[in-house]
Amino acid sequence: MMRRTLGILCLVLSAALAVGATASSRWEHVPAKDHARANPLANKPEATAAGAMVYRDHCLQCHKAEAQGDGKRRPSLRSERIRNASDGDIEWFLRQGDLGHGMPSWSSLPEAQRWQVVAYLRSVQ
Amino acid sequence: MLMAVRRASLFWAICLFCILALAGRAQEKPYFVTYSQDLEEPGNLELETKSALLRPDGGNRGGAMAMELEYGTRAWWTTELYLDGQTTAQDSTVFTGWRLENRIRPLMREMAVNPVIYVEYENTSGADKTVLEVVGHDGQADLAGPNSELRMQHQHEAELKLILSSNLKSWNVSENFIAEKNLGHEPWEFGYAVGAARPLRSAASGRNCTFCAEKLMAGVEAYGGLGDTSSLTLRDTSHYIAPLVGWQLPKGVRLSFSPGFGLTASSLTRIYRVGFALEFEQVGGWLHHLQGGGA
Repeated sequence: MMRRTLGILCLVLSAALAVGATASSRWEHVPAKDHARANPLANKPEATAAGAMVYRDHCLQCHKAEAQGDGKRRPSLRSERIRNASDGDIEWFLRQGDLGHGMPSWSSLPEAQRWQVVAYLRSVQ
Repeated sequence: MLMAVRRASLFWAICLFCILALAGRAQEKPYFVTYSQDLEEPGNLELETKSALLRPDGGNRGGAMAMELEYGTRAWWTTELYLDGQTTAQDSTVFTGWRLENRIRPLMREMAVNPVIYVEYENTSGADKTVLEVVGHDGQADLAGPNSELRMQHQHEAELKLILSSNLKSWNVSENFIAEKNLGHEPWEFGYAVGAARPLRSAASGRNCTFCAEKLMAGVEAYGGLGDTSSLTLRDTSHYIAPLVGWQLPKGVRLSFSPGFGLTASSLTRIYRVGFALEFEQVGGWLHHLQGGGA
């Protein structure tokens, strides 16, 4: 009985670690063609303003004002990782989400709005 | 008397204010029958009503309403409770049952076509007129009887759907394959629903607006029955086509409207649908906090 319980525990822990490992390396899985994509709305102040409104409507509830996160489970988007990511990386991440860790896929937003959010996130770094 | 009315008005005004203060914004398609890959955001609760106005041949006009409570359990799992009722002219108003459903995204990645598994248990009566799915040989004759007779038919049903959905640029295209089993030794019944929708404008305008193109969605859905295990056929089945319009209002309110048109003799000639949805953000976190789980 004890052996079986330990087996199940090991299996659960392995699964959790596997999911965790996937999450930590998620940015490394951005396909090259997505990584290389440039924001077609970059350097357009109106896109940044529009992105702020899309952010307010869909992202604010988790990532809080100015993308600062809550310091606990809701991560700040003003981070080294975002600063170092390409525009294409961020758009890809928005499209994919991270379902295993609570981040929905935002493929339901039109592509233009995802690029507007990327422009906004760049502006708050 | 006047004082009591004033108190009641004040109470409802405060309730409405609290509801609107808590509400967030939904971003969902205006489908009534078709499901897309969109799940509820984790921790959010959406309250939605879907009403249907219809008149079967040989029956009286009726209105049915499904009240839906949809909760984002995880980013990949949404659970919903439906409470259904209907009212029929020159007849009665009845509660027609409840349904519990779960939608799960088995793949954690966004693909060109995204599968969602849908599992539902229904405990409804034959008087249900919400027509939120059409399977088997469902037809308008099933809806024409008096409520006193229809409500005697108990339907304990399990329903499975395979939802396939794609977001292409600004478009959403979704296909649902439905298999429903009455748990009282009835054959499996099959049906389908397909839909496509998009916002009228892809990019956000960057200003606070209520009646602007990016807040409006348009689309179309088609749905119908495909017979059952003993007669997998299109003969004597109902099929509908329904244009859709959705409007995203401020404070997380969403309205949708759809006139549906029957395409076969057993279909209802017309069915008008109206939807109203209100989304409450992070209800899960709030409840967790109330239980002392918060900091």
